[in-house]
Amino acid sequence: MLGRPLAGIARAPSAFRRYASASPTAAFAGKKDSNGKYTVTLIPGDGIGPEISQSIKDIYTAAAVPIQWEEVSVTPVLKGGKTVIPDNAINSVKKNTVALKGPLATPIGKGHVSLNLTLRRTFNLFANVRPCVSIQGFKTPYDDVNTVLIRENTEGEYSGIEHEIVDGVVQSIKLITWDASERVARYAFNYAQSSGRKRVTAVHKANIMKMSDGMFLSACREVSKEYPGITYDEDLLDRVCLQIVQNPKPYSDRVMVMPNLYGDILSDMCAGLIGGLGLTPSGNIGRDASIFEAVHGSAPDIAGKGLANPTALLLSSLMMLRHMNLFEHADKIEKAALTTIAEGKSITGDLGGKASTVEYTNAIISKLK
Amino acid sequence: MLRAGLSAATRPALARPATTLAADFAKVAKRPTTKYGGIYTVTLIPGDGIGAEITDSVKEIFEHVNAPIEWEQYDVSGMSSAGEALFRQAMDSLKRNRVGLKGILFTPISQSGHISWNVAMRQQLDIYASVVLCKSLPGVPTRHSNVDFAIIRENTEGEYSGLEHQSYPGVVESLKVSTRAKAERISRFAFDFALKNNRKKVTCVHKANIMKLGDGLFLNTFRRVAEEYKSHGIEFNDMIVDNTSMQLVAKPGQFDVMVMPNLYGAIVSNIGAALVGGPGIVPGCNIGSEYALFEPGCRHVASDIMGTNRANPTAMILSATMLLRHLGLDPLANQIAAATFDVINSGKVRTADMGGSATTSDFTSAIIKNL
Repeated sequence: MLGRPLAGIARAPSAFRRYASASPTAAFAGKKDSNGKYTVTLIPGDGIGPEISQSIKDIYTAAAVPIQWEEVSVTPVLKGGKTVIPDNAINSVKKNTVALKGPLATPIGKGHVSLNLTLRRTFNLFANVRPCVSIQGFKTPYDDVNTVLIRENTEGEYSGIEHEIVDGVVQSIKLITWDASERVARYAFNYAQSSGRKRVTAVHKANIMKMSDGMFLSACREVSKEYPGITYDEDLLDRVCLQIVQNPKPYSDRVMVMPNLYGDILSDMCAGLIGGLGLTPSGNIGRDASIFEAVHGSAPDIAGKGLANPTALLLSSLMMLRHMNLFEHADKIEKAALTTIAEGKSITGDLGGKASTVEYTNAIISKLK
Repeated sequence: MLRAGLSAATRPALARPATTLAADFAKVAKRPTTKYGGIYTVTLIPGDGIGAEITDSVKEIFEHVNAPIEWEQYDVSGMSSAGEALFRQAMDSLKRNRVGLKGILFTPISQSGHISWNVAMRQQLDIYASVVLCKSLPGVPTRHSNVDFAIIRENTEGEYSGLEHQSYPGVVESLKVSTRAKAERISRFAFDFALKNNRKKVTCVHKANIMKLGDGLFLNTFRRVAEEYKSHGIEFNDMIVDNTSMQLVAKPGQFDVMVMPNLYGAIVSNIGAALVGGPGIVPGCNIGSEYALFEPGCRHVASDIMGTNRANPTAMILSATMLLRHLGLDPLANQIAAATFDVINSGKVRTADMGGSATTSDFTSAIIKNL
C-alpha cells in the first residue's frame, strides 16, 4: 500500500533507466597480459601511504597473485591555471579499470577541489562499499559486527549545490535522481547476491524528506522486483543507528543501501564499532573504473618510521581481488592476515602490539607458505 | 530573550545532582503559564505507539505525589490524517498553557501522507532547542559505562525544512535551509546550558567540509559565539559528523555538551540512546523563548511493543520531572527522579529493555512504593 503513491511519482522515462542499467554491476572485464597478469594501477598516496603500499606489494609477490602494479602519483599539477590530477594517472586507471589507493593528504585552503571528489567524478564512482567485520584479536565493546553498507556516492547532500540567498540565509540542495538511486540499488542487490547475503535494507528518512528519500525508496523497490531471491525491506535512519549500536549482530544477514550523507555517517559509525578506520576496507565502484582504498588519514606524524598498520589497505586490496574474481588469492591472504592479528604476536602499535610494518608484513607472508 | 531569562535566574549554580539529569532551563518569564489556585494546566499528548502506556505511568505517579498539575489531554494520533482537527486543538491548548508533555506521533513515509506533526509542532511553536540527555546508569548494564553528555539540536530548520520539488521527472531537490540567526541562538543556548549545568565543553557537530556554505555558516557562527563564552572558562571544539559517530561508539567519554543542526541531531541522539540503554531511558525536551514541550529524547513510536505493557516509562517520567523543574517545582521533581533512579539502580524491577521481565505497571508501582 505504501508503494503505490510513491511509485506514481518521479518515474523517469524508461529510456533513462536503460542508460542507468547499461553497466548494472560494473563487473570487472579486464584481460591478462602476455605474462598471465592483470595490470592494476597503484596510487601509494601521501604520508604512510608508500610504506603500507610496499607491504601490500610484498604480500602479493609472496602469494603469487597474478597482478602487475602500475604505480602513479595523483599529486595535483597545474594545467591551464587549474590544479588537476596528472593525465598519466587518469589514463592508467582508465586503461586498467582497477586501482588501489593509499591515503591522500587533504590540502588545506581554498580553491582546492578535493582529490577524492575529482576521482569520483572522473570515473563515475557511483557506489561506495564499506564492509565492517569484527577482527578477532582486537577487542572492542562489540564482538559480533559484520555489516555491509553501500552508499550512493555521486549526489544527495554532497551535490555541492549551495547558495546564500540573502545575508545569513543559505540553501543547500540535496539532489536525488532516479537514475543514480536505481544504479546504486542494483549494485546493492547484485552485491547481496554474489556475497551470499539474503536481504537488502534501504535506509532512509522518507517520513521527513518524502519526495527525495521517497524516490530513492521507489527506485530500490523497483529494482527489488528483479531479485526475487532476496528479501527487501526499508528502515528509518534513526532506528538503524539505534539498533546497530545496541546490537549489531542482526545486521550480519544483509546489505544496507542508502543515500550519500547517511552512508557517510553510518559507515564511519560501523568502523567505530570494530576499532576504527585502520581496520576497515573500502571500495568505490564505478562505471568506468573501480578504486579500492584505505579511508584512514595519511598519518604524517608516523610517516617514514615503519610503524604504520597496512591492514585497511590490505583488506581493501582483497575486496579488489574479489572484484576481479581472484577469490582464492583473496581468501588465502585474508586468512593469513587475520590469523596474524588474532595471534597478536606481530601486530602494530595501533592494535596494541610492538611490531613494525615490516615485521607484521613478514608474519603474514610466513603464513602464506 | 532567553539569555535575559537565564541571567535573571537567581538559583546558584550547583553541581549537577548525581541522581537527577538536572537541566534547569530559563523559566518562561514573559507571560505566566496557566495557573489557577496554584495548579498548573499542562497539555498532555500521549502520542502513538507506547505513548498512552508511558504517560499513564506519569499520570499515576503525579497523582500519587499530588503534583499541582492538571492535564489537558489530547489523544492525537498520526496514524491517519483524520486526526488533524484534534492536532489543531492540541496546538491551541499548547499555545494557551505554554507547557506540554508529549509522546511521539507517527509519521507516514508515503508521499500522500501528512507531514510530520512532531516537526510541525516544533516549527509552529518555535521550540528551537531540543535537549537530549544521555547518561549511563549503574542499573542499566551497557557496553560503555562513562557516558554523560547532552545533545543540543537545532529543531526548526535544516534538512527538516519540508521544501522539496521535482524539477524534472526523476530529479528531486530537497532544500536544507541554514540561517545565521538560528545558528546563533542554538549556539548561545548550548553555551548557556553548559554554564547553567556546570558542564565544561561544547562540541559543534557539522559537515562543513562538504556543505561549505550551509554547515560552514553554522560552524562559523558557533565559533563566534564561543568567543563570548571564553571568559566563563567553557572549552569548545568542533567535529565532523561522520567522525563524531565513530568517536561516539568508540570513546563516548570525551563528549560533554554537543550542539548541531537538525538531521545530525537525529543520528547522534539515537547513537547516544543506544549507548546508555535505549530510547526507554533517555529524556528530552524542546525549548523556545515562549513554549516548552517535554518528550522522550529519542523519538521512537515503538509500535512493535504497543499495548503489551512492556514499555519502559523512564524516559517519559524523567521528561516529566524536567517539566516540573521548568515550572519551578524542583523538590517534587527531585523526589520523583530519585525514586525512579533508585528503582533502576537497585535492579530488582526491570522492564524488558533493561534485561528484566517487569511490566510497565510493575515498574510504575515500584517507583510509587519508593516515593
